[in-house]
Amino acid sequence: MARYIFQRVLYMFLTLVLIATFSFFLMKMLPGTPLTMEDKLSETQKEIILEKYGLDDPVPIQYLKYMAGLAQGDLGISFQFDNREVTDIILSRIGPSMQLGAQALLIGTALGMLLGLISAIYHNGFLDYSSTFVAVIGKSIPSFIFAGLLQYYVGLKLGWFPVALWGTWEHTVLPTIALAMFPIAIAARFMRTEMLEVLGSDFIQTARAKGVNKFGVVFKHGVRNALIPLVTVMGPLAISLMTGTLVIEKIFAVPGIGEQFVISITTNDFPIIMGTTLFFSFFFVFIILVIDLLYGIIDPRIRLAEGEK
Amino acid sequence: MRKTNWLLLGLALVLSMFLVACSGGSDNADGGDTGGEKSGEKSGEAAEGEPSGEQVLNITDSAEIPTMDPSLATDAVAFQWLGSTMDGLYRLGEDAELEPAIAKEHKVSEDALTWTFTLREDATWTNGDPVTAHDFVFAWQRAVNPETGSEYGPYMMNGVIKNAEAISSGEMPVEELGVKAVDDYTLEVQLEKPIPYFLSLTAFGTFLPLNQEFVEAQGDKFGLEANTILSNGPFKMTEWKHEEGWTLVKNEDYWDAEKVNLEKINVSVVKETSTRVNLYDSGEIDAAALSGEFVQQKAGSDELKVEEEPVLFYLKMNQQHEVLGNVNARKAIQMVINREDLVNVILANGSIPAVGDIPQNFVKHPETGEDFREINGPLIETNVEKAKELWAKALEEIGKDTVNLELLGGDSEVAKEMDAYLKAQLEQLEGLTVTVKPVPFKERLRLDTSMEYELQNAGWGPDYIDPNTFLNLWVTDGGNNKTGYSSEEYDALIEKANNEYATQPVKRFETFLEAEKMLIQEDAVIAPLYQRAVAKLWKPYVKGVITNPMGPDYTYKYAYIDKK
Repeated sequence: MARYIFQRVLYMFLTLVLIATFSFFLMKMLPGTPLTMEDKLSETQKEIILEKYGLDDPVPIQYLKYMAGLAQGDLGISFQFDNREVTDIILSRIGPSMQLGAQALLIGTALGMLLGLISAIYHNGFLDYSSTFVAVIGKSIPSFIFAGLLQYYVGLKLGWFPVALWGTWEHTVLPTIALAMFPIAIAARFMRTEMLEVLGSDFIQTARAKGVNKFGVVFKHGVRNALIPLVTVMGPLAISLMTGTLVIEKIFAVPGIGEQFVISITTNDFPIIMGTTLFFSFFFVFIILVIDLLYGIIDPRIRLAEGEK
Repeated sequence: MRKTNWLLLGLALVLSMFLVACSGGSDNADGGDTGGEKSGEKSGEAAEGEPSGEQVLNITDSAEIPTMDPSLATDAVAFQWLGSTMDGLYRLGEDAELEPAIAKEHKVSEDALTWTFTLREDATWTNGDPVTAHDFVFAWQRAVNPETGSEYGPYMMNGVIKNAEAISSGEMPVEELGVKAVDDYTLEVQLEKPIPYFLSLTAFGTFLPLNQEFVEAQGDKFGLEANTILSNGPFKMTEWKHEEGWTLVKNEDYWDAEKVNLEKINVSVVKETSTRVNLYDSGEIDAAALSGEFVQQKAGSDELKVEEEPVLFYLKMNQQHEVLGNVNARKAIQMVINREDLVNVILANGSIPAVGDIPQNFVKHPETGEDFREINGPLIETNVEKAKELWAKALEEIGKDTVNLELLGGDSEVAKEMDAYLKAQLEQLEGLTVTVKPVPFKERLRLDTSMEYELQNAGWGPDYIDPNTFLNLWVTDGGNNKTGYSSEEYDALIEKANNEYATQPVKRFETFLEAEKMLIQEDAVIAPLYQRAVAKLWKPYVKGVITNPMGPDYTYKYAYIDKK
């Protein structure tokens, strides 16, 4: 197992190096420079400033310099936020994004699983249809619509929670709910489909025949087996939720990282583009690793297969 | 195993491609302007009431402050909050009048090349140090020093302050800059040539003083946190939570503290208009800038104020193109566009039709005080019939029946809508088809610089309060001309205004009037479209906020809350 993890971590870094390389060269194909006043500065002035930041070097040299810095954990300084270190920017912005993402993921999957479970147990009944309805709504209506509705009705009209801004836990309630709609829908759909399949399988019949009560059948034998496909989709879901969502963060004025991602590209803020790309990539490959390890815990068959290698 | 990793790599690649593909949607896609400029007008109510109730102003800004280092600042947000926490030699007051700040008075030499400023002796930094002439010398030298990497420093000072050009190119030591502290409270500035608008520059962010000892002690961290900045202005920043907001409190040691009423300004970063409106309606904030549909929704409200900005948008026409090289064709394009509908239906934010190269309420006649725009009047009119005639004539002269022109524009929603409208308007001209090409802001700049466009929807905001900032663009080989326009007569007028008449304000002004007529009416170099405005909600109890045409958008120094 230790060898397996070691190997995976090694591949992880190799992947990151490749991502860094591809992103760097693709990024350098963007038109323009990081200068804010590109339209007003004279060519000579532009050259002087670009020279100061080493942006006049040939791209391969810039790449080598960047990678050398990266190897020492230096992501460089931002152009958009003059002199501010990229690491500081990412670390200070990721907090709110992760908090919202984690809350939405927890609440969303828990609720979604519950909905899916109810659907499966009361298959084709009223409860099934209503929870399927909720899931379809959650999947098909974009989260910014929920966000807007929540902000207007719950925030402004009812005044139960703050309209927007950041600070206390109350401020996180509305954005969390808006963000959670998608995981609710996803979890409910998967849970329902899997549970229906699992509940119809032979070993459940056996368990029933042995006289295990309904509760035991559903939770001890059913849920655990239905979880596997859910775990597969949870990984990418966790990543997309926890790396910040542009729209929700904008609507609720959350000081997260979501928008930074896009702004850095439109302003040619090269160090931030690289920093956020690498950070998200790292997060991505890391979660994939965690998911693979989780499989082993949930599904004994996978654990066994790994052991044979 | 190997399979999984290839899959990972594939996914990662897709992810990084997505990153690059997202490069659209720049906020400033619809204009090449920088540091937010608005014309002098009072927001809030006229200053009739008096402060009552808690003197706290709650507002929002549209983005995080990129830096509080005046030498590095380039955008409206930074200049706004530098302007609220700092005083330069002069500062912008009501109606864009310059009022003495750190300078008590100034003298200009006979040849208009030496400006001597006498500084007040009671101004201090928030650490207790006095504000002296040395602080200006240090700050200005720092701004042009190539080591600093300032963009605005060389842009504002080159060709203005003696030796700035050579210093910013690294050919001369910074000590040679034409600015000297004669003693602690006397600042002597040597100019490269007479600059009639030099005083308005001294109110600009790049010309703010800096406390050398403090700046050097902070090193790379200067201007990045609330505790790594030093103020000498009406307010000081006590808290700065990045991307979330910041708090300013009254600076009790400010030399003019008795005029400052507000005790506290809370600023939150809110980027979404609907969010601002909801916060405003819930009473959490006292002002909210609006866009398109919200302006219509709030139309008729007493709290809605339209703040006109001296930022001009126009169609650039590349004269290297055989059709656009024809003056009648350009005149036809100027004349065929209905600007009223453009501002009322498409933009719907209070913007006004542009009928010249100088925005309205930007510069006044030095003696009569009449507005530049009013004196020269509308230089273009919409007349579809006449436009068609001119166009037919142009096509005849060129010997063509059909023409296809490419219109280069921004990629924001509004920009696309506007360009679609312009396409329809232009295609009223017989034989003309227009293809719209929406591109991101940086790409448009690249195509502009290399002149790879035919028609272009572009804009310009002023750098100082003087007609020269707009008219100087179009001289032969001007860095931002890029239309191929070259007229000896026009060049001579601009040259005359800036040299021969540098010390004769009336003659200079009249020369600019003449130049504008030549540019728009005779030579039809650009087709002006509209002058930008911002519609904003202000709670009725917020009073005395001054809107500025350049530099900081608002002056809060005299603002107060009147909750009676």
